[in-house]
Amino acid sequence: MSRNPYVRTVSPTTWYMRNGRYIRYILREVSSLFIGLYMAGLAMSLMRLAQGPKAWDAYVDGLSSPVALVFHALAFVFATYHAMSWFNVTPKAMRIRRGDDYVPGPLIVRAHYILWGVVSLVILVFVGVL
Amino acid sequence: MAKSNKPIVWGLFAAGGTISAFCVPALILAHGLLVPLGVFGENALSYERAKAVIGFFPVTLVVLAVVILTLWHAAHRIRITMHDFGIRNDQIVAILCYGSATVFSMAALMGATAI
Repeated sequence: MSRNPYVRTVSPTTWYMRNGRYIRYILREVSSLFIGLYMAGLAMSLMRLAQGPKAWDAYVDGLSSPVALVFHALAFVFATYHAMSWFNVTPKAMRIRRGDDYVPGPLIVRAHYILWGVVSLVILVFVGVL
Repeated sequence: MAKSNKPIVWGLFAAGGTISAFCVPALILAHGLLVPLGVFGENALSYERAKAVIGFFPVTLVVLAVVILTLWHAAHRIRITMHDFGIRNDQIVAILCYGSATVFSMAALMGATAI
């Protein structure tokens, strides 16, 4: 035992403020808070729909309150950040072999972005006609 | 061999992460921003159409899959993130995270089956 051990002082609550890489990491993790809250709201909207036209119309009206708009704007930014961080690491998660080689990473990422665009368009049209 | 529930937890986390990456930004943009800003017109999200379309069985299934998997994804990530913020009482955090994901999943399920 050394008598005077070196103790690195790292704050357990604010350690991620030290550099940009950590800040990007913690922002990506925090995206889950917004996505979770948003999904809880979407789950409750299914209840409202089941409760009848009055409950549903009140829910839809509530969407245009300033609080809801600010929350959804923030949640949209975080959800987009989550999606990009998720798709950017897909080559690490899925290594696809083609013959003797692996499919190049940028190709896998690009394929995900294209599919993301298609799915997003479908959702926009779907909600648009609803 | 030691048994672990990690593959299940992680598998659901990854599934939810993927499905939310594809769907959630557009969902928020469409019904959280464009509808209230009036882009889709005055009668967007009308009760009759929402009931008919979301109550249509295949659509109900897709909506439920997106909601429940995304809730699980978020719950798991929030649990891990609490550790990053210095909250070390993992057991309570886990119960709160997975517990609320379960409660809201049940709400979605109950709502969807009653439409």
